[in-house]
Amino acid sequence: MSRGPAALVSRAIDWPFEALQRALGAARMPYVFVAPNLLVFGIFVAAPMILNVWYAVTGGTQLMPGDRPFVGAANFAELLDCTNHFVVATCKQDRFWRAVGNTAWFVVFQVVGLVLISLVTALILNRRMPWRGFFRAVFFYPVLLSPVVVALIWKWILQPDGVLNAVVVANGGTRIPFLLDPSWAFIWTIVVSIWAHMGFYTLILLAGLQAIPSDLYEAAEMDGTAHVRVFWRITMPLLMPNMMVVLVLALIRAVQSFDEIFVLTGGGPGTATQYIVQFIYETAFANQTHILGLAAAASMLVGGVLLVLTLLQLAASAQAKRSEAKR
Amino acid sequence: MPMLFRRTLLAGIAALLPALMPLSARAATEVRIMWYSDGNEGEVARDLLNRFEAANPDVKVILDNVPYKMIMETLPQLVSSGQAPDMARVTDLGGQADAYLDIGPLVKDRAYWEKNYATTLPWLRPAGNTTGIFGMMTGITTTMPIVNETLFQQAGIPLPGPKATWQEWGVATKAVAQKTGAAIPIAIDRSGHRVSGPAISMGAKYFDGENPALVDDGLKTMTKLIYDWHRDGTMSKQIWGSVGGTAYRGANEEFANGQVVLYFSGVWQFPQFAKTIGDGFDWHGVPNPCGPAACSGMPGGAALVGYKSSKHPAEVARVMDFMASEPVMAEYLARTLFLSAHAGIASKGVNYDAKTPQLQKSLAAAQANLLNLSPVAFRLQGYLRNRIMFNALIVRLNQAIAGEMTLDEAWARMTSDVAEGMKAAGVK
Repeated sequence: MSRGPAALVSRAIDWPFEALQRALGAARMPYVFVAPNLLVFGIFVAAPMILNVWYAVTGGTQLMPGDRPFVGAANFAELLDCTNHFVVATCKQDRFWRAVGNTAWFVVFQVVGLVLISLVTALILNRRMPWRGFFRAVFFYPVLLSPVVVALIWKWILQPDGVLNAVVVANGGTRIPFLLDPSWAFIWTIVVSIWAHMGFYTLILLAGLQAIPSDLYEAAEMDGTAHVRVFWRITMPLLMPNMMVVLVLALIRAVQSFDEIFVLTGGGPGTATQYIVQFIYETAFANQTHILGLAAAASMLVGGVLLVLTLLQLAASAQAKRSEAKR
Repeated sequence: MPMLFRRTLLAGIAALLPALMPLSARAATEVRIMWYSDGNEGEVARDLLNRFEAANPDVKVILDNVPYKMIMETLPQLVSSGQAPDMARVTDLGGQADAYLDIGPLVKDRAYWEKNYATTLPWLRPAGNTTGIFGMMTGITTTMPIVNETLFQQAGIPLPGPKATWQEWGVATKAVAQKTGAAIPIAIDRSGHRVSGPAISMGAKYFDGENPALVDDGLKTMTKLIYDWHRDGTMSKQIWGSVGGTAYRGANEEFANGQVVLYFSGVWQFPQFAKTIGDGFDWHGVPNPCGPAACSGMPGGAALVGYKSSKHPAEVARVMDFMASEPVMAEYLARTLFLSAHAGIASKGVNYDAKTPQLQKSLAAAQANLLNLSPVAFRLQGYLRNRIMFNALIVRLNQAIAGEMTLDEAWARMTSDVAEGMKAAGVK
């Protein structure tokens, strides 16, 4: 029998499980082990989701679920009520549709930019180069920062009297309203968001690159295969599972963007950088009248769109795998 | 013997326990206040409450100093879910009125309250209630302009007189900015409440009989002026354009840095500017600019209220009685530089702890402005759902300024937003 503190601790935590196993039987023990996790999931994920559904089909401003009158699909109808869905001004909830439009454009540019920049960064960081560890840490560092800190750093850089404008003025230019002009503000929310999150995705892609067997590259080199062909024929196909993970995660994260952008621009100027989560937050909490039903309905619509997009991506990934296997 | 001693001791403790219990229970009565500060109010309140605790050892008052945002966003959630603190310092006076505790039956001298807080007691009453005492204003405020007189002097342009219109102030401040290189001629807090005073001066009524009616000719005139000022550079997009939605944005930093000629905010800024600007330049409050209907700002201020859900209503009333008493309130106002909502103190005058000429001049202007406030402004301030109108006003005007819609579209959206908000809030 082993001795020492580890064995003592092990024996100390063994006995309640042994007692439980005697009482419940070995077949039921897995449930005991997953129960704490299920409990946390139930309280913090499943219950709020169910509650959200209830809020979405009820009206009024009351917080307690039991006090809220059932209104069926009225909240969804209100959100979707437009004379012409391509003209925001004709929609009853025009701010919802502006937020939807802004989010859609943001997702397109942010996800594409994020994946491309993360991929290029991962490819560079995967090469043998001096200070490789240092650079890996540098690119990952923003991920460790709180979103509020990220936003404040960039606000300091981009405000009218900020660092970037100081550089522009010092070089003979005139101040640029980086956060006061709708187009500039939109562009900077994308840039800041990519800067803040690319480290994480770079890490995932870097792990994928390092898992590719080096003998494949050696064989290609011996055959004199061009670098571009190596990238498309070896690197990309073998990196595809990681790319799919990155794509799905980046997409979900982009749709959920809120914290750093809210601090950076507050959704302004006007509603130029107001994305869907900010709309939900303001409708539910920031206004005097907390229209929880409308906010819950909007969040269900967003959840639905995310689900469809994720399923489409997974289906595309499965299809690609099948095609690859056939070859 | 030892056994006998132990038994005697235990019996003694057992006999003493019931007597000790009430003492310990009294000592444990905690009254929790959620409090925010613009300046030094939290510090002064804590100091005064220490005296209350010394005189009332059975009550411990916990003052939770929180950011203003928490009062506006988290507190309503706590109240709705029955988790409200015992008391809070609030500015959305009517928003939670249904949850306020009526301390009328609990206060020592009801007549004292009704006499001295008569003007503002109705602001805290829920709809239909005409007699309850639901708290007190910890000070009354008025929105008003604060000018950088040094810039006027440097430009060689005299300050517009007490009856000058908003348009005249626009012209004068723009001229000052052009001559001195100041970046912002006029800055107005990005807040529906702040815009409402000038709009009332232009003739905005906010009500059609008993019903809320945000958009009329007066409101159109003022919002158009603000819109035009953003176009011609009298107002900078730096203030209103740097945030969206219903977010508040002040211009404190810009004013303190000497970049703003006229800053339209309120009296609560005085203590802060006394600290941050000091005598760095000559700043002070001036009379509210005029429109065809009035020379008005908006009254306001923060109220100390109790909540029905409190387990210690009697203690809440005792704290309220203490804070509302004349000597305590007079000291609070003198040290925090707020205007008095207490009629007795107002009639005697507050002996403000204002050492600088800027502060003295500003407080004198504020008291004069308070007397000139339009009845429409008082009615709007006392209206339970005023924030629905304020939010619609600020969100839509900002969208027009940002170029997302025309002013006509913005006014139409303001009207529909208010209608929807009122409907959601159950206002018929």
